[in-house]
Amino acid sequence: MSKNRQPALADGAPTGGRGRAFASSVKGSWVLIFLGLEIAFFCFKSPGFAAFDSGQMLLFYGVQVFLLATAELFVIITGGIDLSVGYVLGFASIVSIKLIGWFGSLGLGTGLSLLLGVGATLLVGLIPGLVNGALVAYLDVPPFIATFSMLGVCHGVSELIINGVYAMGLPKLASDIGTGHLMYVGPGGASLFQKPIVDRGVSVLEIVPNIVVVTAIVVGIFAFALARSKFGRHVYAIGGNVDAAVRAGIPVKRRLLGVYATSSFLASLAGVVYAFMYVSGKADAGASLLLDSIAAVVIGGASMFGGSGTVGRTMIGALIIAVLDLGLRMSGTPTFDKYILVGVILILAVIVERYMQEAA
Amino acid sequence: MDGEIAAEGGRGILGTRAGRALAANWAAGFLLLMLIVFSLTGRNFLSIVNFQNVIQIQTVPFLLAAAETFVVITGGIDLSVGFVMGLASVGAARIMQLMLAASVAPGWAIAAAIAAVLVGSLLPGLVNGIVITKFKVPPFIATMGMFGIANGLALKISQGFPLGGLPDQLSAIGNGYLLYVLPGEFVSLFSRPASIPYARIREIARLVPLTLPFIVIALAALSFALKRARFGRHTYAIGGSMDAAVRSGIAVDRHLVKVYVLSSFLAGLAGVVNIFQTGIGNYTTFNAQYEFFAVAAVVLGGASLAGGKGRIWSSALGVLVLAFLENGLAISGILPFYRYIAVGVLLVVAVVIDKLFPDAR
Amino acid sequence: MDYLLETRDITKRFGGLTAVDRVSIALERGEALALLGDNGAGKSTLIKIISGVHKPDEGEILIEGKKARIESPMDALAAGIETIYQDLALAENLDVGANIFLGRERMRRSLGVLKVLDDQSMREEAQKVLDRLDIHIPSLKKTIRTLSGGQRQAVAISRSIYWDAKVLIMDEPTAALGVSEQKKVLDLVRTLKDQGIGIIIISHQMYDVFEVADRLAVMRRGVKVGERVVKDTTPDEVVGLMVGSETVGKER
Repeated sequence: MSKNRQPALADGAPTGGRGRAFASSVKGSWVLIFLGLEIAFFCFKSPGFAAFDSGQMLLFYGVQVFLLATAELFVIITGGIDLSVGYVLGFASIVSIKLIGWFGSLGLGTGLSLLLGVGATLLVGLIPGLVNGALVAYLDVPPFIATFSMLGVCHGVSELIINGVYAMGLPKLASDIGTGHLMYVGPGGASLFQKPIVDRGVSVLEIVPNIVVVTAIVVGIFAFALARSKFGRHVYAIGGNVDAAVRAGIPVKRRLLGVYATSSFLASLAGVVYAFMYVSGKADAGASLLLDSIAAVVIGGASMFGGSGTVGRTMIGALIIAVLDLGLRMSGTPTFDKYILVGVILILAVIVERYMQEAA
Repeated sequence: MDGEIAAEGGRGILGTRAGRALAANWAAGFLLLMLIVFSLTGRNFLSIVNFQNVIQIQTVPFLLAAAETFVVITGGIDLSVGFVMGLASVGAARIMQLMLAASVAPGWAIAAAIAAVLVGSLLPGLVNGIVITKFKVPPFIATMGMFGIANGLALKISQGFPLGGLPDQLSAIGNGYLLYVLPGEFVSLFSRPASIPYARIREIARLVPLTLPFIVIALAALSFALKRARFGRHTYAIGGSMDAAVRSGIAVDRHLVKVYVLSSFLAGLAGVVNIFQTGIGNYTTFNAQYEFFAVAAVVLGGASLAGGKGRIWSSALGVLVLAFLENGLAISGILPFYRYIAVGVLLVVAVVIDKLFPDAR
Repeated sequence: MDYLLETRDITKRFGGLTAVDRVSIALERGEALALLGDNGAGKSTLIKIISGVHKPDEGEILIEGKKARIESPMDALAAGIETIYQDLALAENLDVGANIFLGRERMRRSLGVLKVLDDQSMREEAQKVLDRLDIHIPSLKKTIRTLSGGQRQAVAISRSIYWDAKVLIMDEPTAALGVSEQKKVLDLVRTLKDQGIGIIIISHQMYDVFEVADRLAVMRRGVKVGERVVKDTTPDEVVGLMVGSETVGKER
């Protein structure tokens, strides 16, 4: 990433620890307040917005962005960037379908082949990240270039695998899981995982889509790792001051490998989820999500120079974008406006963050 | 004072003059190698028709790479160029449509649309520049925001469809050539001679696409500005050491704004070229990734993303390397998807070589 | 005769901290004044005030006897005060001539119409300045990146001299240099003194101070705790002042 381009002329006034903590909490609450205002705005604009269903729909469609944003967060905290996440997603969506199909053809049961297929995909999905990390950590290639190249490579490999056609052919169980919910409440009572078969016209309450649960668990695990584990501590340290981290004995290169591997792991998971949701795989499935995921991280208050940011705030940033998307769609505004608004909000978010930093 | 031991890169073979010369010109060497290999693996690769085609198609990438060159030298990046180009293309088309509907003569409509769009394309750069300098937003984010805005606007204007119904003159000029030759019979300037029977049209050789002199002049002018004008010197200085630039009295903020304005202007110009070449107003799709390829070309040409290095003609070379890579692979019958992989690998190689020979270019 | 540069009771506060507390120093033409003190003593802040980076809360700066308004780095440059910071602020990707003339480039007319950088003449002028200061740099066409630390220091100094600096402020000039290069920088300082330029040097190196400085001023916790003529004092006494085992009233 570009280094700090401000001239080193001005002396900063001494900032105590208390100042920084205050700024941090104000930053955090600013983002929440904005989210609240946004939701209120859209509730006002289109009455259907406030429904329970909308909330679930929001989370359902937002799953990819949540995962990709978490992926980006890890990389951005170290002061880097990962441009390949979108195409790793696409790659994984394709590979998962192919692998599941292959395991199925070996005669293993549906459930087992799904399990193995997903597991194998996630393993394979570590490779782009490991390559990225190796390039950045050991060959000193700037993250922008390394991940941009990986983007191209994933794109090429994906298209080669499917040879121009969509990847298709998942067993029904996959789409049931992908579009299904954790719990259903029908006239006969509540049931887990299985949608009760009811007569036409009878409505069934669907609670919490499966993929949202999976995403929440995974994001939660990584959030915990970032905040509480030695790995997470090291990640922040590297972002704060690489030299100091090296001198403190942190295995910086190994950590960077880990960070980029984390990123491509999460992107692969997002790809698997995509395949389960849409029962098809596309090379460019995630292409348009790159902007959203980086925007989510930035709006959530992480600094592009590294060293700061939390999963929680990134999720709020992702929610802001998801709410925007859904809200615009429900109020009938063409999605083109979404691009404009995301761009504007992104810039505003960074500006506000700057002012808060300086005020602290 | 002591001799120049400091900072002359490399040991062993890397430190020899031959090694350094090789590094400095590896992109050119690679291009040469490609030309040789592809002429063997692809029919008609080494033909005037093919080469002219490539040059034609690369007019837009040349402009975008030139735009990025300035920005990258200052240590920044402009991710919005592809979408500003789309916005310009769509905007010009819309203006022409409106004017034609109001019964304005095609010639005037075209001229007015171009003028309006060129002036209008100064705006995104101005906004980028102000956001980056006044509000201290990192260029990556600021221009990413602009890319969303430009894209959204382009989509709004075009409603997601290419805009047609434009005067035929556009594509006649955009695809026109300087010379039309029927070997042994005659030579004609600018247009196909009217008296040729339809059946014989295929025998006419077309030489020198009109876009070629255009792009050569444009690149030469930009290269001049970068190498010999104060503007270029200050651009390099800011990229080399912002502190040095500030303390020398250079109005750094103002200069950076100018650089981003130049970048978006060139993107607008590219949009105009695009409309001439296709005869239609096109918004830029996400897949096109023009800005990424522009930055890749600039890096291939030897610039560093940290700033301070880069040259227009080197970036143009980078564009040619990428162009012939795609062209050669396509003509040789290799699936286009290998191109993505090849570009990715090339880029990494470029950077690694640059690390080994920091002073070579 | 007026002093070349004088500060009277300069005071600067940051929040609750008084970084510089009523400090008065004076500099004569052709004299080198060393500014000494431990970390946090206020030396950096003082020179930043003199070079226009900070505005003093109280006190005034006089140049050649006349009150000067120095409210920005540009003002300081215009008044003939040039500062060479530890990081030198040179553009690594440009050559010597380009660096010396940065921001004030010479142009010539090409083809009668276009204004073009006159690199040739800038290089010639650069050579003249380097000769004047007895600095040898083999090739002026290469970028600064290829020069050693001492050579870069020399280029930074040349830049200030070319623009007729009256006062040159040097922050730790020999800090990152090897022994022989340190010696050359000190020789340069002597040459500059001979040319009538006033120099303020911040340095932790007692050796340098006693080699080239004529007078020295010691600061501690924002206050000037002592001033000495270098000939008449010893390193021990100076260290004592810095550290605080001696508190002597202000002289002059």
